[in-house]
Amino acid sequence: MTPDLECADLVKRFGDTTAVDNVSFSVPPGSFFSILGPSGCGKTTIMRMIAGFLDPTSGDIRIKGGSVLDTPPNKRPVNMVFQHLALFPMMTIADNIGYGLRRQKMPKDQIARKVDEALDRIGLPGIGGRKVDELSGGQKQRVAIARCMVLEPDVLLLDEPLGALDLKLREHMKVELKALQAAFDTTFVYITHDQSEALVMSDQIAVMNAGRFEQVGTGQDLYYRPDTPFVAGFIGEANRWKGRIERAEGSALEMRTETGLAMRATATGTLSPGDTAEIFVRPESIRLAATAEALSAFDNQLQGTVTSILFNGAASRVLVQDSVGETLEVTLPQSGEFANLKRGDTLHIGWGAAQATCFAVAA
Amino acid sequence: MRLHARIGFILLLTPLVLWLGLLIVIPHIDMLLISLRERISFGVYETSTTHYQKALTEPLYLRTFWRTAVMSVLATAITLLIAFPVAYYIAKMAKGRLQQVLFMLCLIPFYVSELVRTFGWMILLRETGLISNLLQWAGLADQPVEMLYTDAAMMVGLVYTSMLFMVVPLVTTLESLDDSVVEAGYDLGGNGLSVLREIIIPHAMPGIVSGCIVVFMLSLGNYLTPTMLGGKDSLWFTEMIYNQFIVRSNWELGATFGFMLLVLSSVIVWGMLRLTGRTLQETMG
Ligand SMILES: Nc1ncnc2c1ncn2[C@@H]1O[C@H](COP(=O)(O)OP(=O)(O)OP(=O)(O)O)[C@@H](O)[C@H]1O
Ligand SMILES: [Mg+2]
Repeated sequence: MTPDLECADLVKRFGDTTAVDNVSFSVPPGSFFSILGPSGCGKTTIMRMIAGFLDPTSGDIRIKGGSVLDTPPNKRPVNMVFQHLALFPMMTIADNIGYGLRRQKMPKDQIARKVDEALDRIGLPGIGGRKVDELSGGQKQRVAIARCMVLEPDVLLLDEPLGALDLKLREHMKVELKALQAAFDTTFVYITHDQSEALVMSDQIAVMNAGRFEQVGTGQDLYYRPDTPFVAGFIGEANRWKGRIERAEGSALEMRTETGLAMRATATGTLSPGDTAEIFVRPESIRLAATAEALSAFDNQLQGTVTSILFNGAASRVLVQDSVGETLEVTLPQSGEFANLKRGDTLHIGWGAAQATCFAVAA
Repeated sequence: MRLHARIGFILLLTPLVLWLGLLIVIPHIDMLLISLRERISFGVYETSTTHYQKALTEPLYLRTFWRTAVMSVLATAITLLIAFPVAYYIAKMAKGRLQQVLFMLCLIPFYVSELVRTFGWMILLRETGLISNLLQWAGLADQPVEMLYTDAAMMVGLVYTSMLFMVVPLVTTLESLDDSVVEAGYDLGGNGLSVLREIIIPHAMPGIVSGCIVVFMLSLGNYLTPTMLGGKDSLWFTEMIYNQFIVRSNWELGATFGFMLLVLSSVIVWGMLRLTGRTLQETMG
């Protein structure tokens, strides 16, 4: 099956800054593809090249197999939902949604029917006569998507469309967007710097850093099997230790940290004794216990004192200071077992070697 | 507290009321009264509409009246056509310093007085002027060309004088247009023309209307440019008012003309607002 969208060795330079550096990816039909990266890493630049507002310095963009480099933006079979939506404030909602159809010279009665259908689809029937500023943030959001979807594009591009919404609405729209994508059955390319948006909605996620793709994979891949230290640090949170490898047998290895602790971890890539490396352990893969015996099954065990408790509902954390003075973040289970935990208590913590990912550090 | 607020309000309002009353309302009431009286003999006046009848039947007066109206509308339209691309360039395409420099360039001609500016055009356009000499030198003309004292020369002068008053409101409204709205227009299949018609112009409408009103009133009430650059038959209505008041000392007819001009500009401004479906409050902001 030909992918809906394919980018090959895409490069974009502005003067001597390289905003997008050799990016290649392909998006299969009907899938939800996200590009996730910190601010300024080049996400919008990729999007604008696909939409046709920027010319790539080199590389190719293919839609349904055909190169679109010579196609102007108004002829490309892609549409874009802008970061701040860019609804036309001088038109009614119905005229906004019908704009693209009018450009295609569709007869008036047919446009009216399609607009009504689209409004039903996004769950806002009968608001066609309203002005843009008479809608709520979430409603505008849906209208912006409907405005693109009536044109039945091959690919819909969404540039951080939830950025302007408040937290509660954003949570709601995540689910809604995924449902809309299923309803319209179109390929979505979604960019965001919010990992939970990407993890919840996407079939495939590309993690981007400084103009390059670090890793492309499913949410599980990125979370459980990060390829690079950047991905390990960017997706979810992690406790980190730097040190020198002491023993290595296949991917199982032992590292001595700069502070002198011995740790067992799993290598990503090849590592041999003497290499400098960094270990990442997620707060949620560390087990808390009152006694050392309860942790005997774990490869790594430490004893420490509680320095503070960061209460955040289900995502509450405890900060534990170990014997050499490092502070670790550990997720606090809400099972009631540690309900009486307080500052200064002594705790045992442990985690398996499989949950500790180790990467080589460039010397 | 409320009393204080009231006194403050009255104090703020007083200069405005004085200004409106002394300079606008009272002279106009007086002018209306003057235009409605007829001099029977020395110091004896009678109320009548003779001057209006005369103004509306005398072909020269009527012709000048309509010519002035039509030419002012034309000057406004030409100014809009030239100013719109200029304003669009300044507001949307030029970046940083270039934007400021271009804006200053529009402003610089207003550092010199209107008289000097108009005289500048005379130096360029007259028979022995720069353009005439240039044409002869290039072999495009074999004798001096007179470009002054024509409607075209007058139009050039009117447009030049009004330019800034069109560019400023247009730049202000166009600057508030979000770039991504224009991009969305293209992204959804629009071409340059349809984006201009459906997105840019509707957005710029308040600027267009207020710019047009100001330019139209300035052109209609302009005295210097038509007198200096216009020909013998491009008589401007303001020149006739001047003639009646100053040359003929016929204040009654002059006041009548003045009143006709006031009614004309009110009607045209009202028509312009009706046509674009706006109210004066919206336009003046
Ligand atoms: N027109 C331009 N001229 C010069 N540099 C640019 C231009 N547009 C973008 N850049 C640079 O390219 C880099 C990537 O910008 P881009 O807008 O793609 O970031 P982004 O990933 O979308 O960030 P954000 O999440 O903040 O929107 C930035 O360093 C930016 O400064
Ligand atoms: Mg961006």
